[in-house]
Amino acid sequence: MLPVNDVIHLAVTGLAQGCAYGLIALGFVLIYKATEVVNFAHGEFMMLGAFAVLAWSEALGGSFWPAFILGCLSIGVVGYLIDAQIMRRIIGQSSASIFIMTVAFGFIFRSLAGMIWGWKTLMLDTPFSGKIVLAEGLSIGVDRIAIVAATIILCVVLYLFFSRTRYGIAMQAASQNQLAAYYMGIPVKRLVSITWAIGAMIAASAGALLAPVTQVDTMIGFLGIKALAGAIVGGFGSIPGALIGCLLIGIIEPFADYFMPEVKGVSAYIVMLLVLFIRPQGLISQTFQKKV
Amino acid sequence: MQTLFKTRYEDDINFLAKTGEKVRVGLVIAFLIAAPLFLQSYYLSELGFLLVYAIAGIGLMILTGHTGQVSFGHAAFLGIGAYCHSILIAHGVPFTVSVVLTMILCGLVGMALGRSASKMHGFYLAIATLAFLILVETLLGEWKSMTNGHAGLAVPGMKILGISMGKAWQQYYVDLFFVLAVVVGASNLFRSPTGRSFLAVRDSELSARSLGVNVEWVKIQSFGVSAAITGLAGVLLAHQLSFLSPEVFSVLESLKLMLMIVVGGLGSILGAIFGAILISVLPIAISFLKDVLPPNIGQQAGLEPLLFGVIIVLFIVFEPQGIYGRWMKIRYFFETFPYYRKSSFVRQKSYLKTERLR
Repeated sequence: MLPVNDVIHLAVTGLAQGCAYGLIALGFVLIYKATEVVNFAHGEFMMLGAFAVLAWSEALGGSFWPAFILGCLSIGVVGYLIDAQIMRRIIGQSSASIFIMTVAFGFIFRSLAGMIWGWKTLMLDTPFSGKIVLAEGLSIGVDRIAIVAATIILCVVLYLFFSRTRYGIAMQAASQNQLAAYYMGIPVKRLVSITWAIGAMIAASAGALLAPVTQVDTMIGFLGIKALAGAIVGGFGSIPGALIGCLLIGIIEPFADYFMPEVKGVSAYIVMLLVLFIRPQGLISQTFQKKV
Repeated sequence: MQTLFKTRYEDDINFLAKTGEKVRVGLVIAFLIAAPLFLQSYYLSELGFLLVYAIAGIGLMILTGHTGQVSFGHAAFLGIGAYCHSILIAHGVPFTVSVVLTMILCGLVGMALGRSASKMHGFYLAIATLAFLILVETLLGEWKSMTNGHAGLAVPGMKILGISMGKAWQQYYVDLFFVLAVVVGASNLFRSPTGRSFLAVRDSELSARSLGVNVEWVKIQSFGVSAAITGLAGVLLAHQLSFLSPEVFSVLESLKLMLMIVVGGLGSILGAIFGAILISVLPIAISFLKDVLPPNIGQQAGLEPLLFGVIIVLFIVFEPQGIYGRWMKIRYFFETFPYYRKSSFVRQKSYLKTERLR
């Protein structure tokens, strides 16, 4: 058996990693709720975000926060344009086409990023460095704490945005029934594009905050698939569900890697398949049987 | 334009009713049979790959194009088929028996996956099959006593009924035989009640269920048939590659299959074949393009995936029916000349299809 200290250490790392997945999954779920499109290119938005922040911080001479804001905004613009120019045209096509479309965006983004910034791993200077000692022999990096804090802050901000602001409530309406929202005079098209922009900005901020852990590389987009697995475990249609699922995956992963090194890296998918076999809609269901 | 008068039952179930279709299909088959006479062995093996991918494409097309179940994990069945067959013939099982056993195994695995997937829908299914693929790839890499892991597994030479089929042209004819068998079999399937119920489930699960179709069983059947055909493609692919390693059957390979059927045209067997032609020609075209473009653009590392992505996006936005749709339009233009009107093919306005109510 493991000593208690190691258990706590693994759990704390897992929790931080789970929050990182949750941060990525937030954007997935937002876009899914608004448009029912699962954006397989979301991990690539995250990767682009990290690169954009890096580029801005080089342009601005190394200051992180202005670069962070500008980087997120530029990826937001990319997200807005993707919806306004392309995704809007293919509404109502078969889901296979839409999936393959977002996957294709992933390929395009990855190649473009590689062509612009090169295929090597880069470093992003962030103000989060050092470690905080929680107890004897147990410490956690500041970068991890920043991720946890960012996840909590973003959740609160999004909650307030969706429950208090005019735009947020309109978005909720549009996501429940687009046609009805349209009849009520809500500019559904613009709202959907804005949702894409918000989703992309969340992904970009996740990319920048994760940069100290994952580095900046064209391949970090694959983290998105794991976040997707986490979101599915919890139930894709609800933000709290997705967060719980991601935390669960994050905590299970280090333990599974420790006890079963053969399946290193794929434990998240095993958990996801198990959950899908038992509860096909995820732990918190959001689908309903259609009545005729 | 040829008008068909159906006077006998045989006219109604005829695959190739029109003269033009008979001529075209005849020409293609004649070309394929004669190909080894004038093609060099490199192009012959490329053509062999094309045929193998056409089989895999038809397998996935039955599931995704005709039953509407998205699978991102079909490379797993290619992998299971290839490995199972190689291991069986390495243990001395004859080719014919091994092919049948492999197809049965793949079919059973497919049905098991379909059984658990029949309750899922839309992207849950897509992501579950993706996870299935990742697990199979890991298994192929880790089960070293059976698959020799990442070191790779050499495929024994092809030997049918005691006759060695090692040469490129011999393998090519074996591929061609299986392609024709699969095309005829798949076309036949969609004339049968089973195939018709596949289409019904794709168009609306709810109305299929109200008409007395057992939706869960249809999905299981579809997964089984599709996996068995893809497994067959895996068998032939193993002989084409003659050396297997788990990385061959990665997510990328699955995406390639998906790209094939989406760009080829969802919901038609011809589309899968068009798709196979596209993905075989595309790398050659891209390598040609690399020589033509100025070196600072042409030699970029990411050019190939970039072009793949752009082609997919352009096709889905501007020609959602894929190459098959374009081919239909061209054919229609000539058949009904001069009555072709653009508005014959104008798309209907489409709305968001919700998955939350199903």
